[in-house]
Amino acid sequence: MTTDPAAAPAVWTPTLNYSALAVFLFFFLLVTVMGFVAARWRKPETLAHIDEWGLGGRNFGTWITWFLVGGDFYTAYTVIAVPALVYAVGAYGFFALPYTIVVYPFVFLVMPLLWKKAKEMNYVTSADIVHGKYNSRALELVVAITGVVATMPYIALQLIGMEAVIKALGLSGISVGPIHNFPLTIAFLILAFYTYSSGLRAPALIAFVKDIMIYIVVIVAVIVVPMKLGGYGAVFDKAGADFAAAGKGGLLLGGNQMAAYATLALGSALAAFMYPHTLTGIFASNSANTIRKNAVLLPAYTLLLGLIAMLGYMGHAAGIKVAANNDIVPALFDTLFSGWFAGFAYAAIGIGALVPAAVMSIGAANLFTRNFWKAYVNPQVTPAGEAAVAKVTSLVVKVGALLVIVYLPTKFALDLQLLGGIWILQTLPALVFGLYTNWFRAPGLLAGWAVGFVGGSWMAWGPEGLKPLQALPFGGPAGTTVYIGLIALVLNVAVAIAVNLVTARRPVAAA
Amino acid sequence: MDRRKSRAALWLLLIPYVGLLYPAFYNHLEPRLWGFPFFYWYQLAFVPITALLTYIAYRSVRDDD
Repeated sequence: MTTDPAAAPAVWTPTLNYSALAVFLFFFLLVTVMGFVAARWRKPETLAHIDEWGLGGRNFGTWITWFLVGGDFYTAYTVIAVPALVYAVGAYGFFALPYTIVVYPFVFLVMPLLWKKAKEMNYVTSADIVHGKYNSRALELVVAITGVVATMPYIALQLIGMEAVIKALGLSGISVGPIHNFPLTIAFLILAFYTYSSGLRAPALIAFVKDIMIYIVVIVAVIVVPMKLGGYGAVFDKAGADFAAAGKGGLLLGGNQMAAYATLALGSALAAFMYPHTLTGIFASNSANTIRKNAVLLPAYTLLLGLIAMLGYMGHAAGIKVAANNDIVPALFDTLFSGWFAGFAYAAIGIGALVPAAVMSIGAANLFTRNFWKAYVNPQVTPAGEAAVAKVTSLVVKVGALLVIVYLPTKFALDLQLLGGIWILQTLPALVFGLYTNWFRAPGLLAGWAVGFVGGSWMAWGPEGLKPLQALPFGGPAGTTVYIGLIALVLNVAVAIAVNLVTARRPVAAA
Repeated sequence: MDRRKSRAALWLLLIPYVGLLYPAFYNHLEPRLWGFPFFYWYQLAFVPITALLTYIAYRSVRDDD
């Protein structure tokens, strides 16, 4: 099928739409008020305690945890980037689906044990657990630093998601004095202030609004859009025809993409709950059973994600052309829906950026406070002092991410995020193995972490920028292309075992 | 509850890994379902299947603590 160039659709350009803007502002104001009011929600005796500010009192039941972890794990960037990848390359972009399915059996088996350790010993972070288990300040420090460094670009990514909807509202490019992207800056500063005052209660409360809005948007979109475009069969056919015409991507995986698809899914699933923001959601729940129930209930969001990914194909079926792939979701809503519903969708995505960004900054702040400030600066710090340090740190972390997005190229944040995924996966042996065995000791785990961290970064460093995949020399002439994070994890574990064997514990002398 | 039976239920949690991590098995267009190629509906179907398997595992361990 050849397309008449004259009939080819123009590249989508956002325009200022007042009804969309009004709806967006209404919901943004609503969650801002909720963010500040959250300090009084399920009110503790005092918020000046790290357990209260940083973990919401460790008191969240099944439903709050469901909304919080769902709102925190399936981020605004997901809603923008997954359909963008599917729009660009097709089937390969769907690896997010198996990833967010196989993550839950892992959560079910591992996270209740981690929660119990944290609850028993009043631990707040992953690095606390590692220190408690191995009594090694060095291992604690590398786990904490890895967590903070991996989280920073993740926060920046949420800003990219938010930027996409601000652009769709026709508001991008507004500078006030030296501040580029003024609306984004304002939105993020508001978020920083209510997180400062309310702690984890703010994103937990806002997550209710965010998640319900996203469910409404996606359910409407996956019913209405195919009706407008001639059904799902037509959507797939049009997308398939576009890929065939472009000679790139497709409705199925290419032969060399299969190992990449599977290893990306598995590696991402293992890494997902090593991040400070997801662990914060776990530690904030009120029982091990709450976590198990959530492993059963959270896949509802995965179904949603699978449907969100379909928006990429709907973009093809609607004949939308975009200057940047990240515009595909806003462009789809702008093209197919009235202004107010588009505004509702943008608000859902925008608020969807706030919840994870808040939890991420809290998780990073908890790590800094517990595993750096308390460990090295002031070991006598009180829980109230910890809360004070964590509050200031959460501000610093968010402002840092904002500066990165406003002043540095977007690619910088994306590259760091890719590396962050590889790095955070290298903390898994230190954090998880000790739950099941006492065999491993700190030197081995430390050596394993170092080899995984350095080796993973080195493999990711390609001649044309960073890459997530590496061809391994087996399984056919072209080799097998595999996710680097997983290769690094295998090296990590191998080194940990080897070092542990070599530095065998001397037999305990008879006392 | 019988401990052995409760451990047995945990093996069910391997099924999603086996079902999803070998893409050659489901990388096909046919048979389609409601317009969805096999690749898509097969993976989407694993969402409720995994939730169900996890629920069965949950029922077997929830009284452990």
